[in-house]
Amino acid sequence: MIPLAWYLIFSAALFCIGLFGALARKNAVAILMGVELMLNAVNVNLIAFWHYYAQMRSTPYVHGLAFTTMVFVVAAAEVAVGLALVISAYRRRQTPVVDELTLLKG
Amino acid sequence: MSSAFTPEMWRSIFPEIGLLILAIVLLVFDLIWLKQPQMRARWLGWMTSIGIVLIMGISAGISMPQGQGSVEWGGMLRFDAAGFVFRMIFMSAAALTALFASQFEALKKRGEFYALLLISTLGMNLMASAADLILLFLAIETTSLPLYVMAGFLTRDDRSVEAGIKYFLFGAITSAVMLYGFSLIYGLTGTTQIYELRSAFQAGNLPVGLAELVIVLVLVGFGFKISAAPFHFWAPDVYSGAPTPVAGFLSTASKAAGFAVLLRVLQIAFAGQGSLWTVLIAVLATASMLIGNYLALAQRSIKRLLAYSSIAHAGYILIGVAADSELGTLSVIYYLIAYLVTNLAAFGIVNLIESRVGSDEISALAGLNRRSAGLGLAMLAALLSLGGIPPFAGFFAKLLVFAAAVERGLIWLVLVGVFNAVVGLYYYLNVLKVIYLHPPVEEKEVFPPTPAWRIALWVCLAGILLIGFWFAPWYSLAQAATSAIWIY
Repeated sequence: MIPLAWYLIFSAALFCIGLFGALARKNAVAILMGVELMLNAVNVNLIAFWHYYAQMRSTPYVHGLAFTTMVFVVAAAEVAVGLALVISAYRRRQTPVVDELTLLKG
Repeated sequence: MSSAFTPEMWRSIFPEIGLLILAIVLLVFDLIWLKQPQMRARWLGWMTSIGIVLIMGISAGISMPQGQGSVEWGGMLRFDAAGFVFRMIFMSAAALTALFASQFEALKKRGEFYALLLISTLGMNLMASAADLILLFLAIETTSLPLYVMAGFLTRDDRSVEAGIKYFLFGAITSAVMLYGFSLIYGLTGTTQIYELRSAFQAGNLPVGLAELVIVLVLVGFGFKISAAPFHFWAPDVYSGAPTPVAGFLSTASKAAGFAVLLRVLQIAFAGQGSLWTVLIAVLATASMLIGNYLALAQRSIKRLLAYSSIAHAGYILIGVAADSELGTLSVIYYLIAYLVTNLAAFGIVNLIESRVGSDEISALAGLNRRSAGLGLAMLAALLSLGGIPPFAGFFAKLLVFAAAVERGLIWLVLVGVFNAVVGLYYYLNVLKVIYLHPPVEEKEVFPPTPAWRIALWVCLAGILLIGFWFAPWYSLAQAATSAIWIY
């Protein structure tokens, strides 16, 4: 039986790696991958907490599971929209690198 | 919590059902008129707008919440006056935006644009009445995803594409951070219901620092939606790159939705941590006002200027949130109503000028009063209202916000606010100087404004004047919403 804290440390580490990736990378696709890592950290958190509460309480609560499912669905939708935007930027500018999108500044 | 469906449940989401049906109807008509772009250009905007007004009217008739309100859909949705008032705010913004969009060449023929606008409004409606973190998260994403697409809608325009991708990347990162906060909230309390969180957090059995961490994480996501500093970096780029009607919608409805969530979550779930988050909000307010106003001084593009001004306005509104009192909440809602009509009018005029002169520089407005006296006057009203000059709407809004802060003894915050209002007035007057004193610029081609655009501008101007002169109805609306939030 793995204690709850280990899952939380794992998810915090995953979240930090994802956040670092999202902030440090220049390629829009790599940033998206960082965001996906962050969302996965959220899911690990939710499932770990759900399991913890399910053991603690006799009645089964499904909040955690429902939340995780929603996160999955939204993450998929977000990637679909995000990649479409990346592709439309790539068609115009031939680059997925965010640093080279410098038309708007000031 | 019974599992049977009650009429109350359907009444509580009537506006959302209406918006969804309207979006489908628009897509069908988009198909029917596939070969007749003129029909689409002429009618789609009107259909959207009239449809929304009908939905607003019917929901005011049949789905007005009674008394204290209730919790519907198994604890997902709070059906109360606050949700109702905010829904009306979002739907009026959407109706006006649809009319303004019919002046925009690249948007007016596109049925899917109007459908996206409606879906995003649907998401905002749910944001304002969500009583559960799961629905809240889903609603925030339902709002944001169509907005990302709308910002990058002009796929043949480099600037719009860039705006879309920047908005999306900022939104995705901040919403992931916020979601991590939500997952910790669930972990700390074992519930996702906002109204149950209050007692869970007040019980005082949480380890020190965790509640604080959670509040900071959640504020990242909300700060992005209301474009408060330091989460404002996207705003200037997105406002100047996105199609102008979309920028207007982002700066009014999307911001109002962010504040609706902010009020409910902070004042209900985190009521016990008031001493902490009021300080955080006051800091955000100060940063937003300073950054917004000072960077606006240096802008040459009117859309970027309005973007920085919208950051500054987020700061003023946050003063009302920082007050953490009934008057504070009331002032926030009043400010949002006043800001809605004012900023939509400003963006509407910029939309027209942009299509005529082909530039969004402030110099494109030069001599506007000689090119069209009416437009000059309309811009005068909008800018003075933004600057907070009586008798326009913005004056009372600022007055209420500052009064709320004084009531709670936040004198330093009011001083910062007043000082910033003066700086703000400087750059608004600077634009007016260009409009009234500079020699007129050549207009490339003069599109006559469409009737839809005219009506939308008239409604906005009437709003600016009415909210300024005729205080009572708006005040009582804001009061109804406030008491629904402060009942707990």
